[in-house]
Amino acid sequence: MAIWVKEDSKLLIQGITGSQGRFHGEKMVEYGTNLVGGVTPGKGGQSIELAGNEFPVFNTMMEAINQTDADASVIYVPPPFAAAAIMEAADAFHQIKGEGVIVCITEGIPTLDMVKAVAYVKEREGIRLIGPNCPGIITPGDNGGCKIGIMPGHIHAKGRIGVVSKSGTLTYEAVAQTMSIGEGQSTCIGIGGDPVNGTGFIDCLSAFEADPQTVAVVMIGEIGGTAEEDASEWAAANMSKPIVGFVAGSTAPPGKRMGHAGAIISGGKGTAAEKFAAFEAAGIHIARDPSEIGAVLKVALEESGLL
Amino acid sequence: MNIHEYQGKELFRSAGVKVQEGVHCKTVEDALAAYDSLGSKVVAVKSQIHAGGRGKGNLYCPNSGDLLMEGGVKIAFSRDEVETYSENILGHILVTKQTGPAGKLVSNIYVEAGCEIAHEYYLALLVDREAKQVLIMASTEGGMDIEEVAEETPEAIHKIWVNPSTGLLDSQKEDLGISLDLSGAALEDFVGMIGSLYDLFVSNDCSMVEINPLVRTKSDEIVALDAKVGFDENASFRHKEWEDLRDYSEEEPTETRANEAGLSYVKLDGDIGCLVNGAGLAMATMDVIKLYGGEPANFLDIGGGADEAKVQEAFEIILEDPNVKGILVNIFGGIQRCDIVAKAVLAASEKMGLQVPLVIRLSGTMFEEGRAIIDASDLDCTSVETLAEGAEAIVGLIGGGQ
Repeated sequence: MAIWVKEDSKLLIQGITGSQGRFHGEKMVEYGTNLVGGVTPGKGGQSIELAGNEFPVFNTMMEAINQTDADASVIYVPPPFAAAAIMEAADAFHQIKGEGVIVCITEGIPTLDMVKAVAYVKEREGIRLIGPNCPGIITPGDNGGCKIGIMPGHIHAKGRIGVVSKSGTLTYEAVAQTMSIGEGQSTCIGIGGDPVNGTGFIDCLSAFEADPQTVAVVMIGEIGGTAEEDASEWAAANMSKPIVGFVAGSTAPPGKRMGHAGAIISGGKGTAAEKFAAFEAAGIHIARDPSEIGAVLKVALEESGLL
Repeated sequence: MNIHEYQGKELFRSAGVKVQEGVHCKTVEDALAAYDSLGSKVVAVKSQIHAGGRGKGNLYCPNSGDLLMEGGVKIAFSRDEVETYSENILGHILVTKQTGPAGKLVSNIYVEAGCEIAHEYYLALLVDREAKQVLIMASTEGGMDIEEVAEETPEAIHKIWVNPSTGLLDSQKEDLGISLDLSGAALEDFVGMIGSLYDLFVSNDCSMVEINPLVRTKSDEIVALDAKVGFDENASFRHKEWEDLRDYSEEEPTETRANEAGLSYVKLDGDIGCLVNGAGLAMATMDVIKLYGGEPANFLDIGGGADEAKVQEAFEIILEDPNVKGILVNIFGGIQRCDIVAKAVLAASEKMGLQVPLVIRLSGTMFEEGRAIIDASDLDCTSVETLAEGAEAIVGLIGGGQ
């Protein structure tokens, strides 16, 4: 089952002729993602070769979805144009299909552009935005699978653990940890490290709770904001499946932006200590070191009678 | 990116937000000339640094460490007082709650005409991450530490959220003014001011605007006596004018250098240098070092897909930090290729001469190639497979830890 993205979901790339779009397009095709084409304004009618296959290029998302019946799109458009690309995709999916998943990889989008784009997506029911500034979403399959984003495909395997994270490389670390105890993943989602984003922790937890393939969730947070606290409170009231949690940034000084635009302790709020405390209060199994996630997950699975 | 109060007030002035007449000064002579030109008997002499808490801060002599004056913002009632205050401020160190004990060297002051205050308010605009909208916060408890107000009397803080599709509604401006007990001419002035301020926030891609205090004068005008303005760095591509507002002396030079090379770097107080790909993993690396009893010297994220030159620059930045007693390289390659990191680390070590213990953890994309490059070289380092092993090893090698 997995969540939001199926093994054979049809994908479009916005910015397919750019260097990032081409590079990651190749990797996604090699992994087995069902790529059906892409969009680059002004280059419609051309085709592009990725990993030995030809894919059509369209001028607009409207045209692209009409022609390919795509289910999802991934955005590799530079920051000045990324919010407009999100809104174009949201409008096109909404008008043509009434649903669609938009994954925005781009890092460095102005926050006020995202305020506008997120409001625009929210007004269109059935449209899901993941990111921006995230590694994307992957649903490993029996034979390849659906990889939408920039994560290294080869570290994943189909399984029963859901992974949700604000960070990119730390997600890979978490995936490797599940593999270290012989567990694969149902779906892994990077929600991104920006202050204003689309899909949040609660959306993911709620979908994992409803997904029969998922039996447990690994959740990776970061300093800044209160998304982890809100998710803990939600989980305590609504989650029956065990969660393993880690928060990065225990040693981060206040007032400093730690790489990600959203990773900042401001006005004394958003510390790792508060987030770990919220996890603990919600009965979430805590890993203090990402290298422990596997061991903690194993205990959580045993306690729930899943091992 | 933050700017000085005098620069923020210039923005306010051009946007139609009322401020007092004021002059930016760099010398005592400038300050005296400013006093003469302002024609106001009472003026405020204000230290210009990016950190808050200036009013309650203390000024120290950078050489002797002697306390020169209490308060970084002073009200002067005469020309002589302007002279004394500006002498005590310029070229000296201001320590506030927000600067840390090292304080900040003050090179700029702002001399501003006084005004007759009837009441002080607090006003701030920022992006609310959870609501995903611009939030406007106001309180009748101006001049106070807003965190304290939020803690003790949260009902005294009034909030409105702006729907980006509609913008700030007239009714919202009015409601916020009324919640501050404003009426008549003062309410009218407030409504105009808050509209201008919201437009300024959006058109300048601000991350924060804070005015503490905003005042009602005895003649019922609404005037911003303070201006704390921060910009969203992500929007710098469409604000070339920010380059002129940037004060590099307010920034850690190594952080500026790293920034120019496309690296995220934050200097910390410890002695274990870290070189990592990805912000989350970079933070986690610091955390785990601490967990094993060590102290990280820095946060450093090389980003995704860094080339050899960029990784080499990153490694050199770490090596140049005199506090660094050991280095942990932690890479989980996604887009980043481990072989590139390995080559860059070798090249930088050869160029700079490696005098401290080095632990390298390579995982993910092309890690076998990366490890092979390290193994085949005569680089003196320890290769490990996990982050925990890496942290334990480096803490042990520098002779600290549990």
